[in-house]
Amino acid sequence: MSTPARGRRQRREPSKFPYYIVLVLLALFAVGPLVVLIFNSLKTNAEIGRNPLGPPTSPVFENFATAWTQGDFATTLVNSTILTTGTIVGVCVIAGTAAYAMARLDLPGTNAVLLYLFVASALPFQLFIVPLFFLWSTLQLTNTLYGLIVIYWAIFSPFATLLLRSYLVALPRGFEDAARVDGANELQVLTRVVLPLSWPGFLTIALVSGLGAWNEFFFAITFIQDQNLKPVTTSFLAFQSNFSRDWGLTSAASLIIILPVLVLFLGLQRRFINGLTAGGLKG
Amino acid sequence: MAQGAAKSASTGGLRRRRLLSAWLFMVPLLVVNLLVILGPSVATVYYSFTEWSGIGPAEWVGLQNYRDIVADVDFWSALLHNLIWTMIFLTVPIGMGLLGAFLLSQITRFQMIFRVLYFIPYVIASVVNAALWQNILDPSRGIGSALATVGIPFLDGVSFFGSERLALPAVAFVDNWHWWGFVVLLFLTALQSVDKELYEAAKMDGANRWQQFINVTIPGIRATLVFVVLITIIGSLLVFDYIYIITQGGPAGASEVVGTLMYKEAFARFEAGYAAAMGLGLSFMSGLVIVVFLFLRRRGWEI
Repeated sequence: MSTPARGRRQRREPSKFPYYIVLVLLALFAVGPLVVLIFNSLKTNAEIGRNPLGPPTSPVFENFATAWTQGDFATTLVNSTILTTGTIVGVCVIAGTAAYAMARLDLPGTNAVLLYLFVASALPFQLFIVPLFFLWSTLQLTNTLYGLIVIYWAIFSPFATLLLRSYLVALPRGFEDAARVDGANELQVLTRVVLPLSWPGFLTIALVSGLGAWNEFFFAITFIQDQNLKPVTTSFLAFQSNFSRDWGLTSAASLIIILPVLVLFLGLQRRFINGLTAGGLKG
Repeated sequence: MAQGAAKSASTGGLRRRRLLSAWLFMVPLLVVNLLVILGPSVATVYYSFTEWSGIGPAEWVGLQNYRDIVADVDFWSALLHNLIWTMIFLTVPIGMGLLGAFLLSQITRFQMIFRVLYFIPYVIASVVNAALWQNILDPSRGIGSALATVGIPFLDGVSFFGSERLALPAVAFVDNWHWWGFVVLLFLTALQSVDKELYEAAKMDGANRWQQFINVTIPGIRATLVFVVLITIIGSLLVFDYIYIITQGGPAGASEVVGTLMYKEAFARFEAGYAAAMGLGLSFMSGLVIVVFLFLRRRGWEI
């Protein structure tokens, strides 16, 4: 900070340097642990004992191969991919049609539906998990990927619908009316005219619900016990307790799980951040 | 068929057809929502008045489950942990969020990089974040022993998640690590819409940085601040993931919260009716927070 003894110019614009120091410290707090994760994935268990957090002295890559086979990633990554893709496709269809009906087809009672969606997207899972679980057992939907996907549709679509609707409301209606005059039906208007114009909105809800499905833990651990159907998250928890405190192996498995997310996030950061902060309520 | 009809139909028919499409387009959303959320939520109310194992018929017991909850020592201990959790999350992440957002709003160079770095923990799966910190806070192979090798021995051998005194704050620390960067970005978005001229005016009046923060920044982002306080309280009442993953409520119930307790009642002890009552009670409390907030706003509080 500048002192009154310094010149006028300096007092008006004090140095931003202290700001940067604090910001860098916060950044170290945010990503430092991830750097440790990368370091430890490259160390043998013996080296972690000698050197718990520092960089590896002689990096080894065998943790990744061992984690891949022991963690059964060939299966669990496929399961997670099915869950994520199924969620994204379903949420886009469900939220897309509903948002279109509310934004464009003059759905009667739109305000009541909007209010309901706000409430539904804020309802805690504690309110419905117990009957839902036993309903799903009765319907033999537990221990199935599609049973879990339907749950993800339900929990991710209210927010996606709200977001998409506000996006559609802002789009001009001229093109759609022109298509209707040319005799297109509502489904054709939606798929040929609205979709091509509103893809950024769809991309945002796809990213938000896809990330939600990939990282989801609570419903996955409750509804999937079958080892061959587990997604990466809950399978990782079992893996971690099998290899308790073998941090080299655990770190390698962690990196396999987060790598797709990190690559996608760093590539599309602005859209991710805007989409997720708009969905703050679900945080 | 539709094309032909559209050309010849009267405007009334067109409107009817449009209304029909509108409702048809709502069907997928309403069906999954009814099946997964609304139906089971209503069923929870019924089951909360029953003795039910989850399989077979439920036996009506009236208010017995609620009487049991009030008399349940574990429940009150868990609720106390929820309150401690709320206090931690109302101070630490909100403080860090305000600090980070305020500093970011004052700089232009590298702002985007900091935003991305702060946000990374928020997009990483909870199981991975938990494992990462279990590694770093490992009693013999983590930060304690790393510090001991450079002559700072007092953390060596400390079992953060295994100690009754430290387990709850340690898990809260991990959850906060994943959460605070998100709060920064919420506040930053709000800060960027604060009128720059207000800062200029405050500077002209001789306000220093701290006075600008208190008199311009905080009022300017009040709506977001209230929103964050609201989701913090509700999120703290409902917290589950990190506690379940790291300590399962242990050791000896030291980090048990109502969310993990009701989960155990439902899926480990098969007291589904009791768990339903607990879940309903928890949802009622979080609903009450929203009602109080709406009430205060209606009473003219500018929040």
